[in-house]
Amino acid sequence: MEVTTKSMPYEAFKDNEYIEKLVNELKESGTNVIVGSLDKLINWGRSNSLWPLTFATSCCGIEFVSLGAARFDMARFGWEVARASPRQADFIMVAGTIVNRMAPVLRRLYDQLAEPKYVIACGSCAISGGPFRNSYHVAKGIEDIVPVDVFVPGCPPRPEAMIYGIMQLSRKIKVEKFFGGVNRQEKQREFLAQHPVEGVND
Amino acid sequence: MANFQDKIAKLFPQATIEGDNMPMISIPDNQWHDLALALRDDEDCRMDYLVTIVGMDWKDSFGCIYYLMSSVHNTLVSVKVTTTDRERPMLHSIADVWKVGCLYEREVYDFFGIVFIGNPDMRRLFLSIDWKGFPFRKDYNEENPVSIENERQSDLTYNYVELPDGTVEKKEIEVFHPGDFVVNIGPQHPATHGVLRFRTAVDGEEIKKIDVYMGYIHRGVEKLCESLTYPQTLHFMDRLDYFSAHNYHHGLCIAIEKAAGIEISRRAQVIRVMMDELSRIASHCLFIGTYCMDLGATTMLFYTLRVREQILDIMEKTCGARMTFNYDCIGGVMQDLDPDFQKDVKALLAVLPANIKEYNKIFTGNVIAKNRMEGVGYLSREDAISYGVTGPSGRASGWACDMRKLQPYSIYSELDFDEITATEGDSMARFKVRMKEMEESAKILSQLVDNIPEGEYCVKVPKVLKLPVGRWFTLVEGCRGAFGIYIESDGSTKPYRLKIAPPCLPLAGVVDHITRGTKIADLITIGGSLDYIVPDMDR
Repeated sequence: MEVTTKSMPYEAFKDNEYIEKLVNELKESGTNVIVGSLDKLINWGRSNSLWPLTFATSCCGIEFVSLGAARFDMARFGWEVARASPRQADFIMVAGTIVNRMAPVLRRLYDQLAEPKYVIACGSCAISGGPFRNSYHVAKGIEDIVPVDVFVPGCPPRPEAMIYGIMQLSRKIKVEKFFGGVNRQEKQREFLAQHPVEGVND
Repeated sequence: MANFQDKIAKLFPQATIEGDNMPMISIPDNQWHDLALALRDDEDCRMDYLVTIVGMDWKDSFGCIYYLMSSVHNTLVSVKVTTTDRERPMLHSIADVWKVGCLYEREVYDFFGIVFIGNPDMRRLFLSIDWKGFPFRKDYNEENPVSIENERQSDLTYNYVELPDGTVEKKEIEVFHPGDFVVNIGPQHPATHGVLRFRTAVDGEEIKKIDVYMGYIHRGVEKLCESLTYPQTLHFMDRLDYFSAHNYHHGLCIAIEKAAGIEISRRAQVIRVMMDELSRIASHCLFIGTYCMDLGATTMLFYTLRVREQILDIMEKTCGARMTFNYDCIGGVMQDLDPDFQKDVKALLAVLPANIKEYNKIFTGNVIAKNRMEGVGYLSREDAISYGVTGPSGRASGWACDMRKLQPYSIYSELDFDEITATEGDSMARFKVRMKEMEESAKILSQLVDNIPEGEYCVKVPKVLKLPVGRWFTLVEGCRGAFGIYIESDGSTKPYRLKIAPPCLPLAGVVDHITRGTKIADLITIGGSLDYIVPDMDR
């Protein structure tokens, strides 16, 4: 199955093996026709209206502003409604360095996102700590704090790279199995078991 | 200058003064507060602007170097105060002499653990209250792992008071009064321009007090620089205030070149100045766009980003990146200019006046914009100097603080441009000053675009660059104000201490003062008009 989005040719994507692996997993688990068709419909809707959270800590955030402006115009893909409240957003684009003091805040924002929720680690700081990796006050990548779906490398990534990153996310959403509990809730429960949060009641 | 040196020597016989151009006064701690008052108030000194406080750890002693500048005589002086006590290092505070001192002293306390006697707010500034150790000490080796547990909050701050018998007492003070209604704004808030947090005490709609919380993007750049060679430290300058990337690079390059005695070619100087001015236009463009968006005029962002994208294209052709250019290097610039550079800059200069006219037409004269900006967030000239508010925000209060004029570097002294100042001191003035500065930058560009001399773009510098033992301080004009670089070298390939004095830290420090008594809705207007960049203040 060729999973693609926004009329992009399938060959234009660079890491199709990964998506094919997901598709095979999906095929092996098997679905009945009606549920499968409903899945497709829901995923189609979701993958085409991804709303980001307005979240930026440093340089990458400015490229995210450019992405929203007229030249790169993410509105044409249906991602334009950047929300300031995590309760209304679908995914966080972690644009910038995450430091010790910010880590609990990012975690809380992630917890406040409504299901299903996704995370894009944007730029080398969010991926590994980037040029600040050796600092005393910088997280070495956000994977220890929140689960990540897509990594977008660059320092900062060009707006085109960000578009590609969000397209990868929307392809990933297209092969999700909505009915039957493949969703994030499972993953999150798993993640929370590994990373217990103390002192948070909400 | 000599006059004032004699005076100091007479009044404070224990003080030693070395150097002529930028004298360094060394004084025992117990006389420092008196000297500070004398320096500020004496007619011959009038050192009313505290540029920065550099905390130092010389292994056998701690100390601070204060850089002071006179807004009247345009002279620069440094004062060195030390303490040999490593267990409980203490110095006397000058927070009552220069208002910005309170914030700078908190920073030094955060990094070095030096307690300032008399500072009314002796808390950590960037790091959490549970942080173990003081990271800038040379013997720091504590482990502070990243945690996703919520940070412990405290409403207490401390004040160290010296009793008549010489002992020091620690007093607890509450930041807010018990009955205060405190609203939390940030760190995740679209109008704080990054991850800044205001704890705002309000009385109805009126702001009583703001407690600014920083450190949500504190990356410890200065400490990182101590383990890197001089050319390696350059790339961090791109990531502080990412709009002034070229200007900050320029500043650090000047500091290192001055120390190493490297003369750069005229071509490189012209290229650097042109890049500085291009980034100033791009930066002010984005300021106008985001500021208007804060005030509800979303459309403006699209208009201003059109010019910004055009400038980014010019830079991309030469530097190879849209942001984080890493273009200025020690000895000149990284690569030669793109063949299209002159043509592109001319095209930009041709469309810029029409664009600025358009911005004014859409926004500046708008009645809603006028009502929201005029008279809102007044800052007087004296307060601007005392709080160290430089750049366009300081100039809007009538303080001529442009480092391109006061401490001319590179080829700025040969160029014909005006320093824009205003006297109103409100948000509208801050907005208009930036608008006019774009025209001045365009003027500089038009003078240089046809006069780029031939020559090498980068002179030969030693592969392994070592600076002689000593200390250097340089000031340049970033897009948001005076940007200072302090380098102390012990003769090796790495800096012993590299201190960055950012313009945005005092900008955030003055928010509390400006907003007192205004409506909470005006906080967004005032914060936006100051135009601080959070990674720059946190570093």
